[in-house]
Amino acid sequence: MAVSLNASSVAIPTIALDIGLMALLVVVAFAIVRMRSLFAIVMLQGVYSLVCAAWFVSLDAVDVAFTEAAVGAGVSTVLMLAAMLLADRKSEPVPMKRQWGPLLIVLIAGAAMILAVGDMPNYGAANSPANSYVGMDYIARTAEDIDIPNVVTAVLASYRGYDTFGETVVIFSAGLGVLLLLGLNGNAGRWRAKPNGHRVFRPSAPAAAVSKTSDETKPNETKKRRGRPRKSKASTPDGGDK
Amino acid sequence: METALGYMFLAGAFALIVSMALMLARLIGGPTLYDRLLAVNSFGTKTVLFLCVFCFIIDRPDGVDIALLYALMNFIATIAVLKFFNYRALDVNLNRVSVKGEDA
Repeated sequence: MAVSLNASSVAIPTIALDIGLMALLVVVAFAIVRMRSLFAIVMLQGVYSLVCAAWFVSLDAVDVAFTEAAVGAGVSTVLMLAAMLLADRKSEPVPMKRQWGPLLIVLIAGAAMILAVGDMPNYGAANSPANSYVGMDYIARTAEDIDIPNVVTAVLASYRGYDTFGETVVIFSAGLGVLLLLGLNGNAGRWRAKPNGHRVFRPSAPAAAVSKTSDETKPNETKKRRGRPRKSKASTPDGGDK
Repeated sequence: METALGYMFLAGAFALIVSMALMLARLIGGPTLYDRLLAVNSFGTKTVLFLCVFCFIIDRPDGVDIALLYALMNFIATIAVLKFFNYRALDVNLNRVSVKGEDA
């Protein structure tokens, strides 16, 4: 899997680096499962994305690594934090009695995937599906058809343009639905859950917290600015589906 | 000569992975929130360095661009997390926050 990627000069075996990164991934995954502090879990998920992205680079999937770094380590960390602020800081431990079923499902799914590895083509094989059907055609004709240097962009935006358009519509309508559910008046992020489930409206900007008397005016003042960052957050996962 | 340089980069990459593991230990064991935050930030820096070294190992120095993106993402994510923990919101204008406001 981790053949050194330079054909011209002397090949340096980087498989040990891959093994190190994978070991880190395993450690992080077990820590995420075992820890109870949700903040630490959110941070560990960011770390998982970072290590994943480094490993993608080592697999020569640079564009996937870009997306993983931007969406996985950047946006979803913040979204997870926002979700955590609405809930508790700690998660309750699940008794072992209720974990046998999920463990069984995970083991079966993992065994199926390991079985499927046998059918995978070798890394860079000439007759693998990625190299044998339309892929070579795209690479050969991008320069004259689309006239841009990046083949990935040509495939996404032109050869499979309708596909990408459909994805964009799906993401856009999902973001629209979330916005409609949360409310478009700019108060969406200001509802906070109390431990007993009782909801309290509390403007949380520090200026509003200092001057308690102006509680009513501060949220209105921030209405206009709240719309845009939320929108851009909703459209950023668009890049993750490439 | 070239090969010796490559193996030196390889050893450096190993050292970076080891230091990433150390950061991970602090992140998992760290008693306070700020230990973990610093560990994540430092882990991101280690990832950036690892990517730079790795791009030279596989002889594609243009991959340093990705490392630059990671550095930016790392910085923005840390700022976002800190903002979230202090103010519970992302749209706080830090220019207008008074020092007194942090106590409230």
